[in-house]
Amino acid sequence: MAVVFERPKSFCDVTLHYCPGCTHGIVHRLVCEVMDDMGIEGDTIGICPVGCSVMAYDYFNCDMIEAPHGRAPAVATGVKRTNPDKFVFTYQGDGDLAAIGTAETVHAATRGENIVVIFINNTIYGMTGGQMAPTTIPGQVTQTTPFGRDPELAGYPVRVCEMLSTLTGTALAQRVAVDSVPHIREAKKAIRKAFENQKNKKGFSIVEVLSTCPTNWGLSPLEAIKRLQDEMIPYYPLGVYKDIDAEGGDK
Amino acid sequence: MTTEILLAGFGGQGILFAGKILAYCGLMDNKELSWLPSYGPEMRGGTCNCSVCISDQPIGSPLVTAPDLLIAMNQPSFDKFAETVKPGGKIFYDSTLIEPETTRTDITLFGIPSQQLADDNELKGGSNIILLGKLLKETEICTLDTMKKAIERVVPPSKAHLIANNFRAIELGMNS
Amino acid sequence: MERNLMKGNEALAEAAIRAGCKCFFGYPITPQTELAAYMAKRMHKAGGVFLQAESEIAAINMVLGAASTGVRAMTSSSSPGISLKSEGISYLAGSDLPAVIINVQRGGPGLGGIQPSQADYFQATKALGHGDFHVLVFAPASVQEMVDFVVKAFDKADQYRMPAMILADGLLGQMMEPVSFPEITPCAHDKSSWAADGHKFKREHHIINSLYLSPDQLQSSVMDRFERYEKIKAEETDAELYLTDDCDILLCAFGATARVVRSAVNDARALGIKAGLFRPRTLWPFPVKEINQAAQSAKKLLSVEMSMGQMIDDIKLAINCSKPVEFFGRTGGVIPTPAEVLAEIKRIGGAE
Repeated sequence: MAVVFERPKSFCDVTLHYCPGCTHGIVHRLVCEVMDDMGIEGDTIGICPVGCSVMAYDYFNCDMIEAPHGRAPAVATGVKRTNPDKFVFTYQGDGDLAAIGTAETVHAATRGENIVVIFINNTIYGMTGGQMAPTTIPGQVTQTTPFGRDPELAGYPVRVCEMLSTLTGTALAQRVAVDSVPHIREAKKAIRKAFENQKNKKGFSIVEVLSTCPTNWGLSPLEAIKRLQDEMIPYYPLGVYKDIDAEGGDK
Repeated sequence: MTTEILLAGFGGQGILFAGKILAYCGLMDNKELSWLPSYGPEMRGGTCNCSVCISDQPIGSPLVTAPDLLIAMNQPSFDKFAETVKPGGKIFYDSTLIEPETTRTDITLFGIPSQQLADDNELKGGSNIILLGKLLKETEICTLDTMKKAIERVVPPSKAHLIANNFRAIELGMNS
Repeated sequence: MERNLMKGNEALAEAAIRAGCKCFFGYPITPQTELAAYMAKRMHKAGGVFLQAESEIAAINMVLGAASTGVRAMTSSSSPGISLKSEGISYLAGSDLPAVIINVQRGGPGLGGIQPSQADYFQATKALGHGDFHVLVFAPASVQEMVDFVVKAFDKADQYRMPAMILADGLLGQMMEPVSFPEITPCAHDKSSWAADGHKFKREHHIINSLYLSPDQLQSSVMDRFERYEKIKAEETDAELYLTDDCDILLCAFGATARVVRSAVNDARALGIKAGLFRPRTLWPFPVKEINQAAQSAKKLLSVEMSMGQMIDDIKLAINCSKPVEFFGRTGGVIPTPAEVLAEIKRIGGAE
């Protein structure tokens, strides 16, 4: 009997702690598929953030390091600079990457650190129970914006790919989503390209993945997918914001 | 025996450089020594000073608060530090820039117009080294040979052509 | 051995490179800047990595990343910057990672000043970050010791899998002294059982982590670490005892202050006062055995510090408050003079 579907080898055979309907599992799987496809698991070091994916070190079968909140790009810099022949990726949420770790993110990008950043944008702090994130959309209700995010009070969201695309050191800045099969395929292609960029020493590659958080959004998994499509994609348009290959090669 | 030396003047007069030469004299003679600069915003053009200790014993505090020898290159430094010199101590100062007003009778003053001498002999920035020459002549700090070797060590390779000028400045100081 | 003249900050850097430090991550701050500048010039030629980070926080986390892969890594800063690094130091300790951190202390609190200080003693020995942990703390008192202790710090950090700190100060960092570099053979520590450097499909994946959501597991990981600390306390203390055999008054000082105190002790002896000096070279672990030996004949102890009195607490604990311990200090960047210390020796009754 032909095997048509199985767990990627670089995905540990354990039960994930994520909530039902959460899309972290899909993104984990995509990263693992890419590692398998490229055969690089044994040469890859992953960096987990603080947030819902804090325990991703138990899920990725490559060597893993757990970083302080927001510092994953700095930790990745230390790993990559001393191990330039290894593959290094960070896996970070929106609070980790775009609030407490903004400086580390921007400077790793502008230095052109030859790393991959997988950025999960679900417009909310999941692990601490649903507070406003730097990506929370105006009007969105969270624990700390009970009347909806009011830009007068809480400012505006950060559009990370748009911001990082202005930096010379960024090789790839692409926003994808995991709400549908075509989008998931697109997301995998983007992640593969990010790792290929690292292999070819192109510099900093970030793939922003629009994701769901049914639990903290107070929605069913299906309703959450619908919210991603109806509210998030219009605010955070999908697409390639920077690709040095498209711009004619090296930066 | 420990000799404690304080060098003081404006930033840019070569205070730290002259101190370094003295420190290297100690190194050449296989003695214990320390060199401690003042550091901070005053390095940028304000007053600047430098402590050098040379001894047969391990150096305790490297900070010179009561010098045996003082090189003063501007009026504020002379005014501030002349009072701190140990009884029996010596002050070497640039008489082009300093009016040596002090009530001390237990110290010896050696004023030479080092700035003027440097200008007259086309030794730009050599006033500090001329004063070092005077100190060399009037103390037992080290031999001329040692100081020349020290200068050769301190002057960076990229400025090796300036070594001869420094030797000339030392001799000018010794003969004035 | 050839003697060179070097600034303390530069000697720290050169010693680190010779000790096999493969990467330095730093951020500018007075009075340690020469260290980073020296690394920038030398590290590349030595086949290592120098990188100026965007912040102290990023720098310590770059150290964490490099150390996770088994590479000898270092960062340096001065007091306010060390506060920023304290988060990362706690993570290093919690992840059992070796690294060397240099603190060229300046006056505080807040932005404080830029002149020498020892007011980070509490921070270094008691609370270099949140949580139950210690780091090895070495206190050099000369440029030569800065060299020797950096080499030792790297070895001990690797041996015990924990961060080590060199607690220096602006005076030591800025001064030049003769220094010689011994032939250094860095101890080779096998890190293959834990380093996250890619498993090559030859072993289980390694996880560098400080998170334990189960209280029992966290307790047991902390307790394991404290067992190691007991061994360190028994084996790694180091102190200099100077003229302590017959002393009536025992002065206690570390780092640059110990140099001043040494001069004062000599001056006191010249006056017939039996003064001695206890100088800890390790501040954590504190040399308990050594201070009790030094204090045997003493009637009184006097702690001299460039702070409002921090080591004095450890002294009292170490001797179990069995003798009076007095204090003399200067703070904010003011350096005590031998004359002031001598006056204090006389004042507290050393002259009797």
